[in-house]
Amino acid sequence: MKEEDLKLQITGILKSSGKERKNLIPLLQEIQREFGYIPPEAMEEIGKFLGIAETTVYGVATFYNQFRFTPPGRHHIKVCLGTACHIKGGNIILEAWERKLNIKEGEVTPDRGFSLERVACVGCCALAPVSMVEDTVEGKETIEGTMMPTRVDGILLSFELEEKKKDKIKGEEE
Amino acid sequence: MSKVNLTIDDVPVNAAEGESILWAALDAGIYIPNLCAIRERKSPFASCRLCWVEIEGVDLPATSCTTPVKEGMKVQTRTPRVLRLVRTSFELLISHHPVDCARCAKNKKCELQRIAREFKFKLKPGKFRKLLRELPVDSSHPCFILDPNKCVLCGRCVWLCNEVQRACALDFAFRGLNTVITTSGGKPLGESDCSACRECVSVCPVGALIPK
Repeated sequence: MKEEDLKLQITGILKSSGKERKNLIPLLQEIQREFGYIPPEAMEEIGKFLGIAETTVYGVATFYNQFRFTPPGRHHIKVCLGTACHIKGGNIILEAWERKLNIKEGEVTPDRGFSLERVACVGCCALAPVSMVEDTVEGKETIEGTMMPTRVDGILLSFELEEKKKDKIKGEEE
Repeated sequence: MSKVNLTIDDVPVNAAEGESILWAALDAGIYIPNLCAIRERKSPFASCRLCWVEIEGVDLPATSCTTPVKEGMKVQTRTPRVLRLVRTSFELLISHHPVDCARCAKNKKCELQRIAREFKFKLKPGKFRKLLRELPVDSSHPCFILDPNKCVLCGRCVWLCNEVQRACALDFAFRGLNTVITTSGGKPLGESDCSACRECVSVCPVGALIPK
C-alpha cells in the first residue's frame, strides 16, 4: 500500500471518533481491525488527532498484548498457553511450530506466509492443548484441539497442498 | 501557609501544611530512601516503594511520599517492619540492575549506592534471582547516552520530558519485566523529538542517562 493511501485510510477511521483521550484504545483497536496491525504512521496520526504525544500512544499500544506492530502472515497461528494448555504441554506445541516454521513466537516468516503468536486461553480448555489457525486473507478461524507435534506437520502439509492446487487451477486457466 | 508540628524519629519537625512526610523529613536532615520522588510533582508517582515509614496509630507502614503531614503526627523511619520493606524493594531493584559500578559514570553519585551505604545493604539481590536484560545502549543522541539496562523505571525523566519540558520524547513502553523508557516506536534518541534540554540526565538517580 502506498503511504498516501495508508494515511488517507487512517484519517478516514479517525474521522468517526471523538477527540477525547478515552478514545485512544478503541481507535487502536479499530486500526488493527482494518490493517491487521498498527503501522507507525497510525500512531503518529492518532497522537496528532487526540492531542497527545506519539510516545504516549506507543506506550499504551505496547502495554497491551492485543496490539501488534508487524503485519500478520496469511496464516496467523495462535498457540494457547493458558493453564490447561500449559499443563497439557502447550509449550511443546509452540516449539513444534517454531521449529517447523523456523521463526520465534511473535515473528513472521520471510515470505509472510505464517505468523506465530502465543495467547493465554482461547476458551476451550477441554480440547487442550489448543492452537488456532487464522486465515487472515479470508478472515476464517479454525480451532485445532488436542494438538500433537505431528499435527503441526499435518496442518502445514495441507496448506502446501492447497497452495499447489490453487497454482494448478491458475495454470489451467492460463 | 500554615505550619504543622510533628516528630520524625523523635525529632521535632516543623513543616508546611500539605507537605508530604518524605519532604518534611528530607528538609529536616532525616534521610528516607527514595528514587521516584520529585518535589514539584503534584501527584507522586510512588513507584519505587522505598520511602516506607511507620506512623503511630496507623496499622500498616505507609509510603511517605504519598502521605501528607498532620499536626501531632509521630513518624518512625527505621523500624524493623520498615527496614524489611526497604530491603525487599532494594533487592528487587538490584535483581534487575547490572552492578558494574567501577565502570559506571554514576559511580559514587548513584542513589542505589547511597541507599546501600545508608542502610548497610550489599549490592546483591539477596533472596531473589538476578534477572538482567541485554538491551542495546542508545548513544545516538549528541548530548547523552541512554542505557535501558541500568534504568530503575523511576519515571523522573518521563515526567520532566512530558510535563515540564513538554518535549514528549520519552515515555514508558511495554510492561512487566519488559518495561523500558523509550522514544516513540523505539526510534534512536538522535532521531526523536528530543529538544536536548538534558533535564532528564540531571534527574536520573542511576547511570541510565549520562551526559556524553
